[in-house]
Amino acid sequence: MSDHGPASQDAAGHGAAGHGAGKPSPADDGADGPRRLASLTLVPKADAKLATRDFKSDQEVRWCPGCGDYAILAAFQAFLPELEIPRENLVIISGIGCSSRLPYYVNSYGMHSIHGRAPAVATGLAASRPDLSVWVITGDGDALSIGGNHLIHALRRNVNIKILLFNNRIYGLTKGQYSPTSEQGKVTKSTPFGSLDTPFNPVSLALGAEASFVARTIDSDRKHLTGVLRAAADHRGTAFVEIYQNCPIYNDDAFAPVTDAGSRDDRLIRLEHGEQIRFGADRGQGLRFSRYGSLEAADVAGTDSDSLLTHDAHAPDPSYAFALSRLDTVDFAHSPIGVFRQVPRPSYDELMADQIEKARERDGDGDLAALLAGGDTWQVG
Amino acid sequence: MTKQVQQRDRVIIRFAGDSGDGMQLAGDRFTQETASFGNDLSTLPNFPAEIRAPAGTLPGVSSFQLHFADHDILTPGDAPDVLVAMNPAALKANFDDVPRGADIIANTDEFTKRNLAKVGYAENPLEDGSLSAYQLHALPITSMTVKALVGCEVSRKDAERAKNMFALGLLSWLYSRPVEGTMKFLTSKFATKPEILKANIAAFQAGWNFGETTEAFSVQYEVKPATLAPGLYRNITGNSALTLGLVAASRRSGLPLFLGSYPITPASDILHELSKLKRFGVRTFQAEDEISGVGAALGASFGGSLGVTTTSGPGMCLKAETIGLAASVELPLIICDIQRAGPSTGMPTKTEQADLLMALYGRNGESPVAILAPATPADCFDTAIEAVRIAVKYRTPVIILSDGYLANGSEPWQIPTVDSLAKLRDEFKFAISNEYSGADAAPEFLPFQRDPQTLARPWAIPGTPGLEHRIGGIEKADGAGTISYDPDNHDKMVRLRQAKIDGIAADIPPIEVDDPDGNARVLVLGWGSTYGSIGAAARRVRLAGGSVAQAHLRHLCPFPANLGDVLLAYDKVLVPEINLGQLALLLRGRYLTDVISYNRVRGLPFRAAELAGVIQDVIANV
Ligand SMILES: Cc1ncc(C[n+]2csc(CCOP(=O)(O)OP(=O)(O)O)c2C)c(N)n1
Ligand code: SF4
Ligand SMILES: [Mg+2]
Repeated sequence: MSDHGPASQDAAGHGAAGHGAGKPSPADDGADGPRRLASLTLVPKADAKLATRDFKSDQEVRWCPGCGDYAILAAFQAFLPELEIPRENLVIISGIGCSSRLPYYVNSYGMHSIHGRAPAVATGLAASRPDLSVWVITGDGDALSIGGNHLIHALRRNVNIKILLFNNRIYGLTKGQYSPTSEQGKVTKSTPFGSLDTPFNPVSLALGAEASFVARTIDSDRKHLTGVLRAAADHRGTAFVEIYQNCPIYNDDAFAPVTDAGSRDDRLIRLEHGEQIRFGADRGQGLRFSRYGSLEAADVAGTDSDSLLTHDAHAPDPSYAFALSRLDTVDFAHSPIGVFRQVPRPSYDELMADQIEKARERDGDGDLAALLAGGDTWQVG
Repeated sequence: MTKQVQQRDRVIIRFAGDSGDGMQLAGDRFTQETASFGNDLSTLPNFPAEIRAPAGTLPGVSSFQLHFADHDILTPGDAPDVLVAMNPAALKANFDDVPRGADIIANTDEFTKRNLAKVGYAENPLEDGSLSAYQLHALPITSMTVKALVGCEVSRKDAERAKNMFALGLLSWLYSRPVEGTMKFLTSKFATKPEILKANIAAFQAGWNFGETTEAFSVQYEVKPATLAPGLYRNITGNSALTLGLVAASRRSGLPLFLGSYPITPASDILHELSKLKRFGVRTFQAEDEISGVGAALGASFGGSLGVTTTSGPGMCLKAETIGLAASVELPLIICDIQRAGPSTGMPTKTEQADLLMALYGRNGESPVAILAPATPADCFDTAIEAVRIAVKYRTPVIILSDGYLANGSEPWQIPTVDSLAKLRDEFKFAISNEYSGADAAPEFLPFQRDPQTLARPWAIPGTPGLEHRIGGIEKADGAGTISYDPDNHDKMVRLRQAKIDGIAADIPPIEVDDPDGNARVLVLGWGSTYGSIGAAARRVRLAGGSVAQAHLRHLCPFPANLGDVLLAYDKVLVPEINLGQLALLLRGRYLTDVISYNRVRGLPFRAAELAGVIQDVIANV
């Protein structure tokens, strides 16, 4: 038969690793050296060590001076060598917004798509190419307003993509309208008398959408940001990361309560899996359950230590992570950062590849001639 | 009793009943029997969008028309020779199409006072003499079915439900159809329900035997097999043919097929059928909406798959922005629009050709894409392959404009050999690293450096070392592909994108004109699913001694290079369309030819007789 299956990519000049659809290899330490990050088990390993500069493109970065996006880009580029994958196997897909310009600045494959739709584009790419590490860059308007539908469905589907939501609580690129994360009453160009709608809490939303990995971090805390990126890359499936990002032009200091040295320690709750939750001056506060399953802060000194919570990001039930996310009011009374939730769940692309493999095991590789001649046929002449 | 057997060269039958009466199934089975017997055929299923409209009402009527013949035919036919009416609503809804003298087989059990009143019959038309101009066969089909099933262990309801098989058995006898296919079909369909199987077979046989023994039918008809070209055939609907065409194109291009789709009538069957074909490496993604479906398909194309999305009109509206992105980033993408009656939700199960201008112009900016339209159900196969050829060779979105009539209608299809299909892998190649390194290679990879012949840009897929690049919807510098707001660059890129699509005209066949006697002064030009109706109308005109030329467009963007000359060669050009003149507008604008537009937008194909009349009028006025 002259017809070849899609496996024979090379005939069409495909020199790359191809559309591998195997199973993730065991992630244990083995002959190949240290454990790979979980999202990368099907991605080839780089021959040589890469450096931050390898991920810088030749394009001039054009955000406003002082924009939080610079810090995130720098942390991201510095982190990328840790993936230990060839540059060509990294793909960054974004929507539209200031934040969504990021792919132009990273020397990898990338697509600056259309407003809100990056998760859809990334889903098609990641579901058909498990040999790629696919990252989505999005903003609060891009992800939660116009793209809200795609975001929630990507999360529940659990495709192997990493979504970084740059939340500046404003529409930056369109010059300062309020966004779905702006606090109620926000006065902007489009809301001179104050905005009317209740904002989304992105972490609560993601948890409600059945996300298997949900985290939050802050543009100005490079170390924390890098740690969260690493944790996201170590998750197979959709990882959702909200990054508080300052927009000095249209919403300056929106996150000051959790970034200013003076107030930050009272408000930020740094989540570490397996560790008792402590925050505040001298780490004197912890968390405990209150009525209806919500959480409340408690003085460590006056509280029975058994009732103080130890963070468990792997709890199968999302109620606890959701309760954590509700501590975070728009005025940042208590703002947890770190990994809220990380639970194992087969990724969509893996399940899809599996169905194909099983169908081929059962019925053999598709035979085109037999398919065309399927159903009731008859011979003439 | 031996019956007289009469020869017929062609017959049109229509099964009509309530949505729950199984008329589509009966029609489908009769079609398969007819196909395997070797007649040429064409079908027109016509059903309501509601799954179960109120029983016995006019909106609830579902029908299936089949035209079969001993010669090649082009349409499902205008007027049925036999109408099976399973209830008063079915009679009323279809009566206007039935010519005097035709056979009407009516199920008297359903012609109750209540059912008659439901559809506004004051008197029972089976009894008041109003059908005296017809061959009326008033038969208690339901009760005969129930009687035949005495001994089968099925509920009364299940017994009554088998009445479609009684009707099918009767018609199968009347037209001397082979029955093995239906027996095999029933056996596999009810494999796990032996009692239901027994009941259906008994009902079918009862219908057949009734025809054979009763006085009510004195003649049996025979329609000899058609002389089709030698080969292996199957009967195929447009949606099935499109599905197979896409899979064949995937195999012939070596590109894995990725379908991103959101269910919508009448396109969903393509999603259903492709999702069964996992053994061909087909990935199907049922997205959260049409935007996501096309977005995922584009993402897959970026990664080196054959990205496909399927939808109908309302979904096309949602996909517009992403199709524009695909045109801007210049990646292959197949968009199948199975048109239905609009605007808005319109009439989901009815056909229309009114998305042509949307396909061409329904995006912001100068956003050219290639557009193709299949002419017949089987032609959907070839059109899909041609669409993929253009998409991968020119790195462009291609829109396929099928429609509800093609999607669900069927005809015999000569199954091609795999070797005879276009070898699509020779039409393109992915950019590879070593073209851009080494001594005599291009100095640098430029993602928008175009092939001088096709103007296509390189398709460098992720995973290819050294060719990392970023694409997006922002205007790109010619060649380098970096963001550019330069006025002259934009002007150049707008023209380049258009020139690339225009250039496809040199790579497609010229439009052919069918003008048998060479004397025609009138040309009928159509596109898409009107091919059969126009062809049948032209035949009628010629049989009556008239001269008329016919030409049909498969490529709607770009047009075939010789189209302007063809238009000029005739005194009058008639353009029938199931819209308000969309192709006509394009022809006038592009070629300054004052074509005559003929438009009917009834959710149904044109009738051949009606079009023949229109053609005659134009000829008379030359
Ligand atoms: C379909 C569509 N609608 C509207 C716009 C205009 N637009 C571009 S970015 C944007 C909001 C971006 O806000 P966000 O996602 O928060 O990104 P930021 O600029 O703040 O990083 C809007 C409304 C667009 N590009 N496309
Ligand atoms: S408008 Fe705000 S978010 Fe956008 S680049 Fe400027 S500072 Fe950054
Ligand atoms: Mg924003």
